[in-house]
Amino acid sequence: MTAPTPTAAKPTVQKDRSMAMQKAMVDGNYARLARAEAERRKVAYTFVPGNINELLMCFDLVVNYPEINAIQNGMRKKSGRYIMEAEKAGHSEDVCTYVKADIGMMLKGNIGPNDERLPNPDVLMLSYTGCFTFMKWFELLRHHYKCETTMLHVPYEGGSGFSKNSRDYVVKQLKETVIPTLERVSGVKFDIDRLREYLKESQKAEENWVWVLESAKHKPSPIDSYFGAIYYISPIFTAFRGTPTATEYYAELRKEVEQRIANGQGPITPEGEMKNEKYRLVVEGPPNYTSFRDFWKMFYDEGAVIVASSYAKVGGTYDFGFRHDPDHPLESVAEYCLNCYTNHNLPERVRMLETYVNEYQADGLLINSIKSCNSFAAGQLMMMKEVQKRTGKPGAFIETDLVDPRYFSPANVKNRLESYFQMIDQKRRATAA
Amino acid sequence: MTTTKEIIDRCEKLYEDMDFTAARAWKEAAPGRHVIGYMPIYVPREIIHAAGMLPLGILGGGDQLEVIHGDAYYQSYICRIPRSTIELAVSGKLDFTDGMLFPSICDVIRNLSGMWQLMMSDKYARYFDVPQNYQDDVGGVYYTQELHELKEDLEKISGRKITNEDLRKSIAVYNENRRLIKDLYELRRKAPWKVPTTEVYLLLRAGMVLPVEEHSQMLKDYIEAASTEDRPLRDNCRIVIQGMFCEQPPLNLIKSIELAGCYIVGDDFMMVTRWLTEDVPLDGDPLENLSQAFLHHSENVSAKYVDREEDKGIYLVDLVKKNGGEGVIFTSPSFCDPALLDRPLLQDVLKAHGVPYIAFKYAENSGQMQPIREQAGTFADSIKLWSEQ
Ligand code: SF4
Ligand code: SF4
Repeated sequence: MTAPTPTAAKPTVQKDRSMAMQKAMVDGNYARLARAEAERRKVAYTFVPGNINELLMCFDLVVNYPEINAIQNGMRKKSGRYIMEAEKAGHSEDVCTYVKADIGMMLKGNIGPNDERLPNPDVLMLSYTGCFTFMKWFELLRHHYKCETTMLHVPYEGGSGFSKNSRDYVVKQLKETVIPTLERVSGVKFDIDRLREYLKESQKAEENWVWVLESAKHKPSPIDSYFGAIYYISPIFTAFRGTPTATEYYAELRKEVEQRIANGQGPITPEGEMKNEKYRLVVEGPPNYTSFRDFWKMFYDEGAVIVASSYAKVGGTYDFGFRHDPDHPLESVAEYCLNCYTNHNLPERVRMLETYVNEYQADGLLINSIKSCNSFAAGQLMMMKEVQKRTGKPGAFIETDLVDPRYFSPANVKNRLESYFQMIDQKRRATAA
Repeated sequence: MTTTKEIIDRCEKLYEDMDFTAARAWKEAAPGRHVIGYMPIYVPREIIHAAGMLPLGILGGGDQLEVIHGDAYYQSYICRIPRSTIELAVSGKLDFTDGMLFPSICDVIRNLSGMWQLMMSDKYARYFDVPQNYQDDVGGVYYTQELHELKEDLEKISGRKITNEDLRKSIAVYNENRRLIKDLYELRRKAPWKVPTTEVYLLLRAGMVLPVEEHSQMLKDYIEAASTEDRPLRDNCRIVIQGMFCEQPPLNLIKSIELAGCYIVGDDFMMVTRWLTEDVPLDGDPLENLSQAFLHHSENVSAKYVDREEDKGIYLVDLVKKNGGEGVIFTSPSFCDPALLDRPLLQDVLKAHGVPYIAFKYAENSGQMQPIREQAGTFADSIKLWSEQ
């Protein structure tokens, strides 16, 4: 899973200020990473879901997100080669392709998506939230880099909501293992007031982000909450949450979306504004990145807009109420980790999707099942049936992969989507009759 | 005295019985009895036992169950065990169970816990998490509390309190069972020709469905019989197999490896039977003791996080050494994240220690064993050739 920071498939026709800001942030982080060794800055690698970015910033660490590199390499058509490289080195064809794209890149000299060498990690911050693969991924990297690794085990929410026991456990790990390790690696003493300041910024950004997400309740929707959201989520899901720059970005984004609503405009696509909203969909599962634009085009060509997606929640389910809280800094960091989408159990995920279909007045739920991602995929067929049953809206199921081009079959996907759109039409006719 | 054949015949019947007749009979033998299912890899069965319940190991449908409905629940790129487990449920074969525990092992079993909750909302289903932090005041405190919650859940089902005395008695019973399994493995280490692994496997499988007391007696009888019976010693090499800790291998796969000229002297079958490596103390707070045993005296498998790089894979090297192993066969279920993600790491460690290995994959319903027998045979030959040089 992830949350991305794409720049390669950037929309080309209409450019809002927010787009330039987002691109500058992503490029800026890659530039910081490239300079880190020369500037003797310490580098942390970490994962998107349940990331503790605000805390990492308290130690002046430069942060690298391997999932984001995999996405960027997917969009730049480099991931296929890296995956094969990893498979040649003995990694199974059956496992998550993010891991293999990352390991392949590492084996080929760790040249990042911006064509500059990524620095080696000083610390692997293993935020173990919502995905088993994370644990093995960083064991693999640790084996290669022989660097310090600190694990933050975030218990899965097996029931409804998290328990106090789980939250206390996460807080204790922060206090007793994570913070001391980060202090040792960075040489910077932890200052809780500094964390509070970052959390204040996070909270502001989160408010505006939720507003933007919920703007998709308008008809026509001014945003695409899956393809378009890939760009929107990148600051808040990665190295920028907690910075004033991210706060400014979401304020700007909100202004632009407000304007689009006022103008009655639809979302911006790589080919300009989508004029005729015909279908409103909820999507579950990550997208395909190796053919990202072609994939998106299959939707906007048909007038289909994604009004809500679970993928835009992998780095936090803010729209269900969570906000970072500067008054309870470590507790709220723990709650954030516990609340990421794939850390919720299936009944809860079904409930969220059902809510989306109803509240965003969607025509149905589409699942993009990712071959290499058990965290998302195991159980999705049942989720689809359940959401269909509860909402009375038709569902559809397609299968692709995140960054392995061998598993994106455009003809199959297109056929499935066309049938799905026809099904929605029929359903509408039947309801009207 | 009972013979090994008689015992293994019984185990085989239990193994083939997809209706869980023995467990059903146990439940019906007295009113108010309850059965709690559990999946791999580890649950503290002592607590279920202390509640007066039967812990029942559910390990999928193997190669005997025809999966009719289960495939509609899973994409082709997900392992087999969840679909055949769903099949067991939807075909009514688990209708007599009163609950199910889904331990923390991987995202597939994790998500299955939620599917269970959706499918059988009237039945108890708990995702059972264990800490990946092994400090007493961090992971220990968390885990002890989880054990308390499990205990309270079971009390609600049975309608009676579980006392510390109940827990101590159950811990003692499981200590004995683990000691006997250790004895069985020790006998296999010393004389693998007397204790074929196919039989070890079936004996452990029997422990998934029988009351623990009955299983312990069965182990005692087998150890006694196997120690005295004569079986021919062959010129086999000694192999450790790895990767079978969740989805089960077809019995024929184990047989094929043995027939290919390998004595299997180490394995990771049904780790729940030996997860705790030492006796759990009987004095003091029983749940605290179970928690401490988990933190400080528990096994290693691919589903567990290893805190220090220098410790990674050492358990496997030790397993090989301790049992006089000459090589490792990684045999993992297709699409199994824990086994397959970990494999390159373990292989690297073996390489550094000069232990040869091969790898292949299986599914619980794999039928074609010829390629596996050939690969294992070639591996065994090459090991023999090496050792002769
Ligand atoms: S398995 Fe899924 S959630 Fe985990 S790293 Fe891979 S893509 Fe992300
Ligand atoms: S076989 Fe592997 S992937 Fe499948 S449920 Fe078991 S541990 Fe998980």
